[in-house]
Amino acid sequence: MFYRENGQFKTSYRSDQQIFAITQDRWVILALIAFAIFGVPMFADEYMFRAILIPFLILSLAALGVNVLVGYCGQISLGSGAFMAVGAYMAYNTYVRIEGVPVILALLSGGFFATLVGIVFGVPSLRVKGLYLAVATLAAQFFCDWAFSRIGWFTNNSSSGSVAVSDLQVMGWVINTPVEKYLFALAFLVVFALLAKNLVRSAIGREWMAIRDMDVAAAVIGIRPVYAKLSAFAVSSFIVGVAGGLWGFVHLGSWEPAAFSIDRSFQLLFMVIIGGMGSIMGSFFGAAFIVVLPIFLNQFLPALGLLVGIEISTATVSHAEYMIFGVLIVWFLIAEPHGLAKLWSITKQKLRLWPFPH
Amino acid sequence: MAFFLEALFGGLMAGMLYSLVALGFVLIFKASGVFNFAQGAMVLFAALAMARFSEWIPGWLGLENKFLGNLLAFLMAAAVMFALAWLIERLVLRHLVNQEGVTLLMATLGITYFLDGLGQTIFGSAIYKIDVGMPKEPVFLFESTFPGGVLISLEDVYAACIAALLVVGLSLFFQKTSTGRALRAVADDHQAAQSIGIPLNRIWVIVWFVAGITALVAGIIWGSKLGVQFSLTTVALRALPVIILGGLTSVPGAIIGGLIIGVGEKLSEVYLGPYVGGGIEIWFAYMLALVFLLFRPQGLFGEKIIDRV
Repeated sequence: MFYRENGQFKTSYRSDQQIFAITQDRWVILALIAFAIFGVPMFADEYMFRAILIPFLILSLAALGVNVLVGYCGQISLGSGAFMAVGAYMAYNTYVRIEGVPVILALLSGGFFATLVGIVFGVPSLRVKGLYLAVATLAAQFFCDWAFSRIGWFTNNSSSGSVAVSDLQVMGWVINTPVEKYLFALAFLVVFALLAKNLVRSAIGREWMAIRDMDVAAAVIGIRPVYAKLSAFAVSSFIVGVAGGLWGFVHLGSWEPAAFSIDRSFQLLFMVIIGGMGSIMGSFFGAAFIVVLPIFLNQFLPALGLLVGIEISTATVSHAEYMIFGVLIVWFLIAEPHGLAKLWSITKQKLRLWPFPH
Repeated sequence: MAFFLEALFGGLMAGMLYSLVALGFVLIFKASGVFNFAQGAMVLFAALAMARFSEWIPGWLGLENKFLGNLLAFLMAAAVMFALAWLIERLVLRHLVNQEGVTLLMATLGITYFLDGLGQTIFGSAIYKIDVGMPKEPVFLFESTFPGGVLISLEDVYAACIAALLVVGLSLFFQKTSTGRALRAVADDHQAAQSIGIPLNRIWVIVWFVAGITALVAGIIWGSKLGVQFSLTTVALRALPVIILGGLTSVPGAIIGGLIIGVGEKLSEVYLGPYVGGGIEIWFAYMLALVFLLFRPQGLFGEKIIDRV
């Protein structure tokens, strides 16, 4: 079958407004989700789950959250790592302090507290814009780094400063093996991606985009900047907070504040840039790229070195990783400011004509 | 009282060093509208170059004289910074003309990563020393006024003097030379400057080079204080609140903001720190700047932000 939408007539508003208006798209997405649920666990091994798939899912979720704020609302944030940390630590506190609280509820409460913190640190966005705001959001990052390492309450007064959670269960289902963790994270990702996708194409999403494109003009046509900006901060930090909780609970198991340092914030921002700002799809591409690239370089560079007869040390590889990262970011900004998602949509446009271009 | 004065002086000296890094930010922002996140990486890169050249050059040339070795190393490092400025203009900025500020910020984040990797690949990633003969011993002041006097590190005083000299030199350069005038013209209005025949690209190379030199000076001072190591890049993060406080476009703002932040950090750490568990200087400056932003979004000396539709 060719990728065509000819003959697919919309007879109701409902069918006109569905997320994937083209039948083929719908089938591909459904097949993809089905493959992720049933297919992947059949062939992926444990290393694959631990090193690639689970980080990819959770970081996609975080990138999704950052994309809401940076990509859709245009409020650049360098403090996403802090919101992840709030999510993780507050989820942990809910989990250990309240007897018998379900894991999902703990994670959502982490998201809730991240929302509160996000709104507080979003308040400067009402007064300052762009670059000043970027620096202001760094305040969140440094404050949270400090708070979680110095204030004993957050870590349940653990002497080493690191916290750990164990035996996660959801309604009797024990989440223990990598496959189960993978499915758990996948469930969160699918639900939140669907929510986010619907949010950004609803009225509030349009308000965010109007603010992003020109805030003064948006205010003139009756969009309340306070409401739009703070809601973007709230939604974004909720998603990022839940992702932080998952990162701690599901991926790491035990963690300390360094897991959510400023490097994490930059990493999330890069995912959004490379994936594509203002695109839900882009968050997935960006996360996949950033998760896979270091692993690829780690394998590939020493092999390349052996080929030309040089021994490449791990230190060199990690430095090279930094350099390649930097170059790629600059290159993406110059060559394709809209990121991988743009390449994807170009491909789709081309596909509509293939194989009979006129 | 003596204790307070000690903390105050310590804060002022630290603040002077912050201003030095902040100055690099402000110079580039004024001339090209780029918020240069890579300033910290440039400080590290320059300091690494200086440290390693001062180690290598005497070996290559068989020099005995330490001063000559350091001087040559400084010149070499300056040449490296010039090459860097030229490459950045050529490969990055030129292709991003007229992009939004945020895009340029992210490009400099990319440059940051690249420089971090490159510096450590070329120059190595151990901790290096820079020895430019800064005095290490502390001195006591006002011994007659207070019992025991006020302890001050002579190294800090020298560093502050160098920083002050650099600021004076830069102000003269900006105010009195024709290049400086061209830089100010570009800062004022890119298009107007271009239309009267000021070559934008060359101006950018110059301003990145000047910022590179301030990074080099900052790197030498910080490096001889703390040793040249990767954590130098965090110095730049500490200097960010300074420019927010002082205003992105103001050279005096960078200096005064630096002093305020330096003193605020030190005093808060000494007097407030013990109550909340210490280590608050990391975020105190940011909070100070943040609260300040709420009342004066353009900073102390920044140009008023006017929205036009």
